[in-house]
Amino acid sequence: MRNDQEQAVCTPQPSFSVRRIFALMLRHLYVLRRSWPRLLELMYWPLVQMILWGFVTKFFLGHSDWVAQAAGVLISAVLLWDVLFRANLGVSLPFIEEMWSRNLAQLFISPLRDVELIVALVMMSLVRTLISVTPAAFLALPFFDVWVFQLGVPLLAFFANLLIFGSVIGIGVAALILRFGLGAESLCWLGIFLLAPVSAIYYPVSALPGWLQTIALMLPSAHTFEGMRGVLFDGVFSWSHFWWAAGLNGVMLAAASLFFLHMMKQARIKGLLMQQGE
Amino acid sequence: MTESPDPAAIVLTDVCKSFAGVKAVNGISFRVEAGQTVALLGGNGAGKTTTISMLLGLLSPTKGEIRVLGARMPDERHTVLGLMNFSSPYVDLPKRLKVWENLTVYAHLYGVRDVKGRIKELADDLELERFLKRPFGDLSAGQKTRVALAKSLLNAPKLLLMDEPTASLDPDTGDWVRSYLERYRERTGATILLASHNMGEVERLADNVLMMRGGKIVDQGSPKDLIKRHGHDTLEQVFLDIARAPHFLEGEQGLEK
Repeated sequence: MRNDQEQAVCTPQPSFSVRRIFALMLRHLYVLRRSWPRLLELMYWPLVQMILWGFVTKFFLGHSDWVAQAAGVLISAVLLWDVLFRANLGVSLPFIEEMWSRNLAQLFISPLRDVELIVALVMMSLVRTLISVTPAAFLALPFFDVWVFQLGVPLLAFFANLLIFGSVIGIGVAALILRFGLGAESLCWLGIFLLAPVSAIYYPVSALPGWLQTIALMLPSAHTFEGMRGVLFDGVFSWSHFWWAAGLNGVMLAAASLFFLHMMKQARIKGLLMQQGE
Repeated sequence: MTESPDPAAIVLTDVCKSFAGVKAVNGISFRVEAGQTVALLGGNGAGKTTTISMLLGLLSPTKGEIRVLGARMPDERHTVLGLMNFSSPYVDLPKRLKVWENLTVYAHLYGVRDVKGRIKELADDLELERFLKRPFGDLSAGQKTRVALAKSLLNAPKLLLMDEPTASLDPDTGDWVRSYLERYRERTGATILLASHNMGEVERLADNVLMMRGGKIVDQGSPKDLIKRHGHDTLEQVFLDIARAPHFLEGEQGLEK
């Protein structure tokens, strides 16, 4: 099947290739590397949020027993919320960027598999999220005497669960944008903020009305923030919340990936892959 | 990949594609032998780009069978996408990435063994050296076409699909691209299928021409045969003949609901 020249030029194409995932990541890393405004913007929002909530915390320390019990609760919450938010954008924005640059068709006529595209987007989400929240996490110490890393090893579990859930939302949003075009790009921001009130970021799930508590507990994010408060207030890591978050994430990741693959199939039927662009 | 004893590079059998009830391609059948250069010729909306999209696996046919290098498209596309490539001025590369960065990304996607060596080779071949370090978005139309061509040759494709490869190029650059394609085909024996509005280009490059109108193939043959059969001097006159002749309007599926 392969002609001699092509054989000499290329390696055989495996059905799943880490190299192809790396290639797609490289495309976005090249952009990030050279664009200092993008890098600054990634770090800017978490920093501003951290400072804002730092002052709110300072005020509440003298006026609220609840916050006074655990000084880092609001700042930790805001930083972990940013993990969720950035993870979502980390998947959906690079996908939109392919559409903006009318590059989507080029990618899908290459040997890149749909699943590899999803993996590459999730990996880019990890990179962007780390760039985004790391400076704010460290600066919270000199600014407000809050050391987020006091959460210890559980912080990794919280981070991983929020990263996956944010990516799940991002994959879902990317699938919808693929189907409905760039007119739907604001879903990147709308989708995640819709979930913010029921994710119980700054207050416990018990603060929500009963029927909303049921919805909240179907979200990995609510379990993660409950787990965070458990560590900060009681010094106890709740395995129950962790497993609920991980289990829900597993189900939702599979569902979002299948939804994306279904939309890809629809895009091939409706001719959407050739038309994308501004 | 299901076995296909047919050695032809492309085989289409009664292929249709409809969008919301409108037939863009209506029952076309043709084959392209390995090593041939074939041109799809037709006016706007004739179904050329839809046909190419189906050959690339970007679009599923509503009906019929498409085999590219033996693989049924789009279901078996992953067995052959590494063996083919595509170039079009209407499909961009990321504008902010430098030329060498774009080529590096695609070289990895196609599994090129020696990425730097291959880019150097193509840069020499296509005279890209001067602007390898410039962002793709900063290039002129002619330079972009050359970069797109380099991208489409990274994997030394066995089958090269091109959609209006010289559109919006000045005559000199257009001629340069055509000469390059002639040399490339001679050197590698690759199969080339191109859609074009440029009759001179088609006359010069194509062994065979498929004339499309309203989603159908309304005539085909070598450029010389077509010119002779229609009693004209140039392919452009044949094109106009077909585009304007009323008898071709009968049952034009591109306009049918």
